[in-house]
Amino acid sequence: MINIPRWKVILVIIICAFGLVYSLPNVIGSNARDFIAQNLPGFVPQKTVNLGLDLQGGSHLLLQVDLESVLVERSEGLVSTLRPELRSNKIGYRRLSDTQADGDFGVRITLRDEADFEATRQIIRDIDNTLLIDNDAGQVSAIFSQEAIDEIESQTIDQSIEIIRRRIDETGTREPVIQRQGDDRILVQLPGLDDPQRIKDLLGTTAKLTFHLVEEGVSASTSTMILPMAENPTQTISIMRRAELSGDMLVNAQVGQDQGGQPAVTFRFDAIGAKRFAKFSTENVGRLFAIVLDNEVISAPVIREPIIGGAGQISGSFSIKEASDLALLLRAGALPAPLSILEERSVGPSLGADSVEAGKIASAIGLIGVLIFMASSYGRFGLYANVALVVNMALIFAILSSLQATLTLPGIAGIVLTIGMAVDANVLIFERIKEEIDNGRSPMSAVDAGFSRAMSTIIDANLTTLIAATILYSFGTGPIKGFSVTLAIGIATSFFSAIMVTRLLVVHWLKTNKPSSLKI
Amino acid sequence: MLLRFVPKNTNIDFIGKRYMAFVLSAIILIGSVALLFTKGLNFGIDFTGGTLIEIQVLQEQPDLGSLRNDLNALELGTISIQEFGAPNNLLIRLPQQGEDSFAQQEAIETTKETLDGIFEEGIEYRRIEFVGPQVGEELQKKGMYAVLFSILGMLVYIWFRFEWQFSAAAIIALVHDSLATIGLFALTQMEFNLSTVAAILMIAGYSINDTVVVFDRIRENLRKYKKMPVTELLNKSVNNTLSRTIMTSITTLLALAALWAFGGEVIRGFVNALIFGIVIGTYSSIFVAAPILTFLNIRHKKQDAESSDNPEEVKA
Repeated sequence: MINIPRWKVILVIIICAFGLVYSLPNVIGSNARDFIAQNLPGFVPQKTVNLGLDLQGGSHLLLQVDLESVLVERSEGLVSTLRPELRSNKIGYRRLSDTQADGDFGVRITLRDEADFEATRQIIRDIDNTLLIDNDAGQVSAIFSQEAIDEIESQTIDQSIEIIRRRIDETGTREPVIQRQGDDRILVQLPGLDDPQRIKDLLGTTAKLTFHLVEEGVSASTSTMILPMAENPTQTISIMRRAELSGDMLVNAQVGQDQGGQPAVTFRFDAIGAKRFAKFSTENVGRLFAIVLDNEVISAPVIREPIIGGAGQISGSFSIKEASDLALLLRAGALPAPLSILEERSVGPSLGADSVEAGKIASAIGLIGVLIFMASSYGRFGLYANVALVVNMALIFAILSSLQATLTLPGIAGIVLTIGMAVDANVLIFERIKEEIDNGRSPMSAVDAGFSRAMSTIIDANLTTLIAATILYSFGTGPIKGFSVTLAIGIATSFFSAIMVTRLLVVHWLKTNKPSSLKI
Repeated sequence: MLLRFVPKNTNIDFIGKRYMAFVLSAIILIGSVALLFTKGLNFGIDFTGGTLIEIQVLQEQPDLGSLRNDLNALELGTISIQEFGAPNNLLIRLPQQGEDSFAQQEAIETTKETLDGIFEEGIEYRRIEFVGPQVGEELQKKGMYAVLFSILGMLVYIWFRFEWQFSAAAIIALVHDSLATIGLFALTQMEFNLSTVAAILMIAGYSINDTVVVFDRIRENLRKYKKMPVTELLNKSVNNTLSRTIMTSITTLLALAALWAFGGEVIRGFVNALIFGIVIGTYSSIFVAAPILTFLNIRHKKQDAESSDNPEEVKA
């Protein structure tokens, strides 16, 4: 233990230098960092620690995609495709409805005559040949296969992520993180966001826009439905179930003004939409059509003349903010399924800044306290341990910066805790050296025995803490993960610094000064 | 002159006082379990679901009484309001609004509108945390698994490195410390949340760490002093490592004290748990883990190292 090969010495020095250089960008001000970024070559380290949302402020939203609603919608769609097909093929049925029993989605048909089953099957096959078809004495069911459901679900999630990204990008939020989590969840992280309310409102709206003909004075049936008016939900209006056009045919939507000078949303259809809109408006001059957003009728204007240009306007006593949000939602497109917020953690920028400040002060004071304590307890050896502790801190920040790991408030706590625990290895070694000296050993041999005998204990002690950190990492979420990361890094670096760095310094001093007794 | 917290060559009869320690530990443990069943834990929204809003009132001095009335008038269930760190910093908790997360979001909005109306000089929303019932349940499960698995993980490690007697004693000490910390939370009704679970895991790690150091020495002394009676040997080992045990506790507590005083209100509960855990962990490795070994026959194995003072230690 006393003789350290030269290559080891060099390696230790290189690692220490790495730690100092790579942790430096965190210490110098942002001006100096900008200077380095602009004037020095790219290999000069300039990355700083990545602050978590709880430190820089921002929002963490866990959203759930209502996948079932998509499957129900698909089943209903299947029913409406099937109905005219069965009719035109003169297949009599008593009942035709969508089904969603026991996680099976699809349609159920009660045939009048079981002999029609083959023909029915052919019709269903032509519509979608992945459906699982079953016949039980004229009770025909056609349900989506598990593969089809998986496909629909994963499409829905992907599409939702895309729409969420577009909506958030439209608001100008910087560097959002949007990722799938588990089967039906989407994690959205919005760093630096002041007020998550607007984003929450935007994400809480499906924004499914459809245009329907109004069918006044009828009750709900298979072809019509009754919807409330957005302005006054007690007032209802009956419209055709079938949508003439939908929001996915829009190419642009902007805030504008209606004839009365009120904020409105102007939009433009794409080529197909424009053609359809022209045909629809030409055929129905004089009738009312309803503009429906998420099952609420925003307005139901009269078609005064054919609308050929493919441009239109939605007015409905909006505020400017409502109009611009609606325009944004229409531009970004509708969500394939409603989203609900399962978890939210938003931290305002001031609390984040306060926490960073508090963390800095706490770490500095904790560090100084431990440094003083070690120096006064172990003298020269304590100073060596202190050098190792400072190297350890530098290494932690260097690793956090170069891995771009996220530092959270509990993460800072982990670092402060590491400050206290990192010296443990040195305490073990020094106490052992003391004992060996009391047993009458020479300084050299006491130091040698101290290092080698404490070693297995140090390994045991560090590994057990590492086990706790690893398990915390795999089960923890968000900030707690940050705690386990800094703790684990701290354990690894303290192992290096407390053993290698301290030993190098102690051995160097022993060899150059050859003391006859040790004060420790 | 260097500081010395523990005098040289202590020879304190820790093992002799083991029954006193066991009585004390029994009181702590029975008390903890009793508190757990009577008072229970004050679970935070991480586990119960619900909403937490931290606000800073910018100008005026908030009147908690009238604020409580105003918010309870919203009929969102029992809303708790407490001062958080400073008189103008408030922590507001809304209970879970049924199973519906839309209702919860609406409750948050109504509360914010009401608050904006009450404090005309302006307030700042420092933090909003909302945990839905589903996530709350998952976090409960995750927290429990985390504690169980880490205890299991450490058990496996200790079992590899030591004889079963040591593993048993180490695990008893670990459960002792974790349970006592949970008991503290039941007693003080401090909020028990995700970071508390993290703190308990840390405490478990520290407890094992401390115990392992003492056990390493016991194992070494077992090889060195083959004729020494077990009680004496255990005492000697605890005394040998006493200085280190105390020193490391002091440095860790120093760092934690800085965190407690300057680290801010948000993590104070976490730091409270850690400080208590370090103290109880230190106590248990001296007074619980080592003394338990007197009941477990640790001198049954064949001795391997012949020389009593061989610098080339045989590693297990």
